[in-house]
Amino acid sequence: MTATTITPFDGFGLGLRPPHYQDFLTSSVQVDFVEVISENFMVDGGRPRHILDQIRERHPVALHGVSMSVGSADGLDRAYLMRLKALVDHLDPLFVSDHLCWTRIEGFNAHDLLPLPYTEEALDLVCANIMEAQNVLGRQMLIENPSTYLQFAADSMSEWQFLDAMCARTGCSLLLDVNNIYVSAVNHGFDPIAYLDGVPANRVRQIHLAGHSQGRDCLIDTHDQPVPPPVWALYAEACRRVGPVATMIERDDDIPPLADLLTELDMARAIAVTDRRQAA
Amino acid sequence: MSLAAMQRDFAEWLTDRAGTMTAWVGGAAQAGLDVYHNGYRVRLADCLREMFEKTALWLGDEAFMAAARAHIDSTPPDGWTLGVYGDGFDRTLARLYPDDPEVVELAWLDHALARTFEGYDADPVSADRLAGVNWDEASLIFVPTLRTGPAITNAGAIWSALAAQEEPPAASILPQPGAMLVWRQGFTPCFRTIETVEADILAAAAAGAGFETICASLIDRLGAEAGVARAGALLGQWIGDGLIAEIHQAGSNRIATPFMQ
Repeated sequence: MTATTITPFDGFGLGLRPPHYQDFLTSSVQVDFVEVISENFMVDGGRPRHILDQIRERHPVALHGVSMSVGSADGLDRAYLMRLKALVDHLDPLFVSDHLCWTRIEGFNAHDLLPLPYTEEALDLVCANIMEAQNVLGRQMLIENPSTYLQFAADSMSEWQFLDAMCARTGCSLLLDVNNIYVSAVNHGFDPIAYLDGVPANRVRQIHLAGHSQGRDCLIDTHDQPVPPPVWALYAEACRRVGPVATMIERDDDIPPLADLLTELDMARAIAVTDRRQAA
Repeated sequence: MSLAAMQRDFAEWLTDRAGTMTAWVGGAAQAGLDVYHNGYRVRLADCLREMFEKTALWLGDEAFMAAARAHIDSTPPDGWTLGVYGDGFDRTLARLYPDDPEVVELAWLDHALARTFEGYDADPVSADRLAGVNWDEASLIFVPTLRTGPAITNAGAIWSALAAQEEPPAASILPQPGAMLVWRQGFTPCFRTIETVEADILAAAAAGAGFETICASLIDRLGAEAGVARAGALLGQWIGDGLIAEIHQAGSNRIATPFMQ
């Protein structure tokens, strides 16, 4: 594998969204990095690319994708991968991440993070796709655990066992979404602490924090709420296990003023620092 | 289990809420399948509403959502970006509104402006560049965001009124059919409605016709004095609008303009 390893980084950041572009361009925002949705900037030109270049001069940028589809049975989309590579080469991002999911099959693209069965067949396929992506990008990838609303009858291992095997086989790292663990744990009735104990802690390079909503029959990963108390509690548990890693707040809908998100980020800092003091 | 078969079944569930997907997950997962099905449709409808904002204002929310549902039913997304999902929505509207051509033209304009927003960057030439040009051997290279579409209605005026949050004019047919010209000035998408003669000349110029050929064509259509005057006026207008990326002199390598209809 030609992918380079990731330099340790334990800063605190925010997802960069259009309502906050001006804040980031005109003031000194107290974040250690920003994360952007890769696909929003895999375009030919125009204002978004120009803004990202300006912000890249001020902050490290992490690229977080939603369309790589490492779980697609018919493999990766080469044209997509080359567009992503061009952006990666241009930005030299802090991280390049995507999700453990599939979005596309035989020309159909659902534009959603669809669940995979946790089987040996799926593991073989996901690992092959991740290794291809890492080879093309020349970088180690971070793969994020999904939130899911169903489980498959054919599952032969837990999600955390799947992630552990995936990291071991591909050399990829993990983007641990604590809200996703909580949402899936409630929806499927597993113990989120057992999940944290099961994932390979030394592979976690980044943590996502977000909010969710109560749907009719299950929790939905909406990113339209502040981080709720149970997710903060689970974050504290995650910090104890993975140690200092990059942490960020994700907010994609009903986006509040930047100051509100920075207050949430201070909360994350306080929890992580408390854990780091206790560990010292 | 065949992963490919499951994913095909899942895709069928998302698009039609039908097929054998429930066999992979069991009846207890019906609620979860519904979350994915609903999320799929809401996401595509939101994409269309955002891209076709003025068309939605013109039709009203109920009629627009009915059109969006028809498009979602007939057109599953195939691109890795939702940015291309609006491609072809104007054809769906043409089927639904055969007697209201302004609806289709509004949709074309919304779509062209949205796509132009993220098109290739180019620095247009200024009037200073005109000095020293040998016009007998010159041709024009346009900015890559330039695209044109037919205009038989006052959709441009309707779009502008809606953008200004003013009462839009009633739909009407133009006295003479023309075209809508869309491009980006700096980072700002813009458009204007043009007459057929400008649209024809622009298309010829973008296809590589030299400025001398353009002048000859205008002289044929308008007569010697008016033709030459019109050629100069169009050149001035195009320079002022920021439409021209380069003036090519014969003998140097020419890069064709990707002229999009």
